[in-house]
Amino acid sequence: MMINTLQKLRLRFQNVGPIYVKELRSYFNSAVAYVVIIVFLAFLGWFYASNIFLINIASLREMFETARWVLLFIIPAITMRLLAEEKKSGTIELLTTKPVHDDEIVIGKFLAAWSLVAFALLPTLVYYVTVSSFGDIDNGPVIGGYLGLLLMAGVYVSIGLFASSITENQIVAFILGIFLIVGFFVLDKILLFVPSGLVSLFEYLGTDYHFLNMARGVIDSRDVVYFLSILGTMLWLTMVTLGRRKW
Amino acid sequence: MAIAVRNLVKQYGREKAVNDISFDVRTGEILGFLGPNGAGKTTTMKIVTCYMPQSSGTVEVDGLDTRTSSHEVRRKIGYLPELNPLYLDMNVLEYLEYCARLHGLRSDRLRQRQREMIDVCGLGDVRHKDIGELSKGYRQRVGLAQAMIHDPEVLILDEPTSGLDPNQIVEIRNLIRRLGSAKTVILSTHILSEVQATCDRVIIIHEGSIVANGTPDELQKSFQGSETLSVEIKAPVANVMTDLFPKIQSLQNVETVDFRGSEGSAHRFLLHTAKGSDIREELFRKSVSEGWILLELSRKATSLEEVFHKLTRSETVQPS
Repeated sequence: MMINTLQKLRLRFQNVGPIYVKELRSYFNSAVAYVVIIVFLAFLGWFYASNIFLINIASLREMFETARWVLLFIIPAITMRLLAEEKKSGTIELLTTKPVHDDEIVIGKFLAAWSLVAFALLPTLVYYVTVSSFGDIDNGPVIGGYLGLLLMAGVYVSIGLFASSITENQIVAFILGIFLIVGFFVLDKILLFVPSGLVSLFEYLGTDYHFLNMARGVIDSRDVVYFLSILGTMLWLTMVTLGRRKW
Repeated sequence: MAIAVRNLVKQYGREKAVNDISFDVRTGEILGFLGPNGAGKTTTMKIVTCYMPQSSGTVEVDGLDTRTSSHEVRRKIGYLPELNPLYLDMNVLEYLEYCARLHGLRSDRLRQRQREMIDVCGLGDVRHKDIGELSKGYRQRVGLAQAMIHDPEVLILDEPTSGLDPNQIVEIRNLIRRLGSAKTVILSTHILSEVQATCDRVIIIHEGSIVANGTPDELQKSFQGSETLSVEIKAPVANVMTDLFPKIQSLQNVETVDFRGSEGSAHRFLLHTAKGSDIREELFRKSVSEGWILLELSRKATSLEEVFHKLTRSETVQPS
């Protein structure tokens, strides 16, 4: 029974794999992947080093705090072409007239961009290894920080993908992506200007609030649920816009 | 693998791009879709390939409705969209593999089909090149290879030869002819000679409606009004209009005679004769009895081009 269901799921989503591989390969065939990885390492490395040598604390907190700023603008740059380019060049017609479901397209592309962010995060584990050799490092915040960063990146990728789905112009997708992502990022930072009844809602909707929770080393299911539900909603919206060619 | 289109309508706002068309494509047939730009060819193809849904009417491919069984229909169809969009940053092998995988081909079967398509479409020399580096002719072959990678029973090709030079056109045409022999093919074009060269049957669409449907020969015949003869006669006459013209005019079945000028004692005429008549023999005898020398006598059949112009006159048509 269980195996049967898994088999069906595998068949239903069999095209996610090829789309994922194709998109990832296209990141690594172009300069995009390398630029992303280098920018990430350079920014985080600088803040990591300054932390070690200036403040003399063995923690990755500074690095995580920088990472969340870098994600804001680097993710729209990763996602902007995913669907906009297919629309512009007309290859979307090729793709959607193959026996492929719209959700397979969206999920495949989402996973590819998300993996690229994960790849860019991977080398930062070197920093972890060095820091932990200098002093006693609290592993809770590190695990929470990485997990939070990955989940937040997932949310941003889904937002960026959505921005890419509503236009065929990559620049528009990029700017709109930054706008929406920064919007989610600052929600919990503008509480002063929000009517008191909405404060808790704004705080809850802000990505940074949940990330900082996790980066403290407390992995609360509420934060995880928050990230996954925003992510799911954005992917769903992307599927809806992609399906809109079928009026 | 037949295709049945019934009362198909596609509306964009208030404009009807496709207005109530119905037709069948029989298994193994190559159907040419002919019409000026904007006639509704591409829209119809986009509906048949499940890219977008119709406003009303039905399309069935092998008995499967494109709306309710879209996934199954897409499996059976190989499609070359207009302008042949391709991923320019992939190389030919990668691209064909990607398309094959999306059609569910895996491992041995995938490699085998990939090799076959490279062979059949003559892509061997460029298989490791990025598609962006290829010439238009090669790109078109890649487009065709992609459309046929899963060995579909139905091929839908939207202007497969547009933008190619004459040699490439002949190549691609032969390729379609060869590959299309076992498949049901719909191909659109606004080039008339293409239809005559490749298609078993022609549908002419104009402003969203079908204005003609038949084999190229049938269409030519049904639109032949009068037949036209081009004649050149050498006769030492003093005045063509009084000495020669009336004698030709008086022949049986000749409807009108146009005098087209003279060169010395050779005079050219264009004779329009009644439908279904053949006056060549009679004209010959007349010449002999009158002592004229017949320099030229040729029959001009109505070309498909003329049929097309007659049917779609309100639009400008690009010359082939």
